Amino acid sequence: MAAKTLTIDGKQLSAEEGATVLQAAAEAGVKIPTLCHLEGLHDIGACRLCLVEVAGGPKLLPACTTLITEGMEVTTASERLKNYRRLTLELLFAERNHVCAVCVANGHCELQTLAGQQGLDHVRYDYCFPPWEVDATHRLFGMDHDRCILCQRCVRVCWDIEGAGTKHVSGRGGKAKIISDLDDDWGDSETCTACGKCVQACPTGALYHRGSTVGEMVRDRSKLEFLVNAREKKLWSV
Amino acid sequence: MERLKIATVWFGGCSGCHMSFLDLDEFLLDLAARVDVVYSPVVDCKDYPEGVAVCLIEGAICNEDHLALLHRIRARTRVLIAFGDCAVTANVPALRNHLGSGNAAAVLQCAYLDHAQDRPRLPAEAGIVPVLLDRVRPVHEVVYVEHFLPGCPPPADRIKALLTQLLHGLTPHLEGPPLTFG
Ligand code: SF4
Ligand code: SF4
Ligand code: SF4
Ligand code: FES
Repeated sequence: MAAKTLTIDGKQLSAEEGATVLQAAAEAGVKIPTLCHLEGLHDIGACRLCLVEVAGGPKLLPACTTLITEGMEVTTASERLKNYRRLTLELLFAERNHVCAVCVANGHCELQTLAGQQGLDHVRYDYCFPPWEVDATHRLFGMDHDRCILCQRCVRVCWDIEGAGTKHVSGRGGKAKIISDLDDDWGDSETCTACGKCVQACPTGALYHRGSTVGEMVRDRSKLEFLVNAREKKLWSV
Repeated sequence: MERLKIATVWFGGCSGCHMSFLDLDEFLLDLAARVDVVYSPVVDCKDYPEGVAVCLIEGAICNEDHLALLHRIRARTRVLIAFGDCAVTANVPALRNHLGSGNAAAVLQCAYLDHAQDRPRLPAEAGIVPVLLDRVRPVHEVVYVEHFLPGCPPPADRIKALLTQLLHGLTPHLEGPPLTFG
């Protein structure tokens, strides 16, 4: 494949045609904050945290779904972008109920960590305190909608890697929600294989192993990476 | 050098942030040499005085007493610090907020009637037991706040860093690992 040359934050680099800005940046050692992106899953540009500026256009583009082009000039950390990222994170906190101190993911949460890294020391918007519930019907796992950021990693891993197709998104805007099958109790799902991949993929405390208490929900992403690698390199035949 | 007046206040929180403040250990002695703690749960003073330089505010705003005192504090203090997650995000005390309108009545019912072993009775003493607000709020939703120290509780070294910079008249700039909620 042909290589393209571009600059990211002033750094000259070249990357394979077909690479995303996020991939090219990673190769060049430039870290762009992400939440919905997870290695091994196709990108959908859901969280808007990875927005970057591309010279010549006023629009901000998600690095995870934007392909590189020849001569592209990308900026990843301008004041404008930092403000957007802060705003995006603040809205995520304000839209659901995040109580880190008593959350299963406390200390191991990508949202919490990212907020810290971006210097988010308070949320400027009024919290919505929506009345979400917990689905504790599955024998192994739980889903706490209070903590969900709708990144859809669970949906993608359930469809693309496990092939079970249990998880979906229903509704839009403030009513959007991750559901199992046709909005059934997860425990009643006929498609869920109880593989636990969605729990491993979730960046927050929304999906957890039953019985986890505060701060206990530590994930092992290497398991997912192993599965993806094994599949791509055909280490076994499925 | 003029001795600065500092204060700390304890609203809807578990006192853990104040415990973290006490973890400042020997720095408390340096502090004592330079400032007067004029109002605090550890100081016997009924009324919040005028002319306070810095006030550390622990806890969320849960009832009418909190609300009234917070407004008095704002009027009489130069720099407010939302001290810990309950002050910054409303945290655990705000768990009742998602029960929607009527949440205050619902939690009182649950705690004082449904689970009371003897003499179930709602606490209602006008002028003594403050009335719960219909929504627990973080401090900055009520008054302007200059600085925020998230954490449950915030680590002592950050409290020290912030106070030291403020006492030297500097614009606070915290270094070290990022402070997160929780
Ligand atoms: S999911 Fe993350 S950000 Fe939300 S409460 Fe849990 S630890 Fe905090
Ligand atoms: S446990 Fe596996 S099959 Fe069930 S919802 Fe999660 S990813 Fe899908
Ligand atoms: S449950 Fe977790 S993985 Fe699924 S959308 Fe919500 S935050 Fe993302
Ligand atoms: S990581 Fe690109 S939009 Fe979420």
